[in-house]
Amino acid sequence: MTYLSAFIVGGIICAIGQILIDKTKLTSARILVVYVVAGVVLASLGIYQKIVDIGGAGATIPLTGFGYNLAKGVFRDVDETGLLGAFTGGFKAGAAGLAAAVFFGFMMAAIFKPKAKK
Amino acid sequence: MKKSFTKDQYSKYVEEVSPKSKLFTNVLKAFLVGGIICDIGQLFINLLKSKGLDSDAVSSITSIIMIFLAALLTGLNVYDEIGKFAGAGSIVPITGFANSVVSPAMEFKSEGYVLGMGAKMFIVAGPVIVYGICSSIIAGIIHYLIT
Repeated sequence: MTYLSAFIVGGIICAIGQILIDKTKLTSARILVVYVVAGVVLASLGIYQKIVDIGGAGATIPLTGFGYNLAKGVFRDVDETGLLGAFTGGFKAGAAGLAAAVFFGFMMAAIFKPKAKK
Repeated sequence: MKKSFTKDQYSKYVEEVSPKSKLFTNVLKAFLVGGIICDIGQLFINLLKSKGLDSDAVSSITSIIMIFLAALLTGLNVYDEIGKFAGAGSIVPITGFANSVVSPAMEFKSEGYVLGMGAKMFIVAGPVIVYGICSSIIAGIIHYLIT
């Protein structure tokens, strides 16, 4: 059951991205920026938590989930340490993903060669 | 006369219909591949949960695994092939974020390890981090003021 709901929710989030790309000619970089900010906003409004409850990985794996994660971390830290939390929570919550992207990104780019352009 | 009319009609028809049907297949492909990538994530989440890890650790480790796999597949030039088929289906997931780090880093390696690889890694990931962190700080300040 979790696989079916993750598939559908994740699929829909990606399908919306495809519609945005085809209809608005947004570049993929802009799509990713829009998705992260949308995740932060939807998480702040308490909407994204409901999507996560339904979709599991279908909601956390898309980049909106990264925004949700940032907002969740910020809110948790604000509740614990006050205004300071607004500055510490985001990077703390995103630490694993960001560090992994930087580290594996560097390693793979150092090891592999780009495919020759045709 | 009749022939040119039908030709016109035909080209009009093609104009009207082809972008739509292309949009439909693109969206379907994005839906399928995006769904599959999320299910792979769900697989790791379920596996890690069954090991008794808490939910924060589960989601962090799942992100790390997905990013590692996407970085590796990008290095092997497999991820870009998936991307040609899937469009947003491979861009929107966190694996697409990893791809956006590795791909320019590899390409600009020839310009040096610091200003080539080191800097160009963030050509897409940089804006994502900037806007993500800034919006989350604003959300945090609002949350602080409200509560």
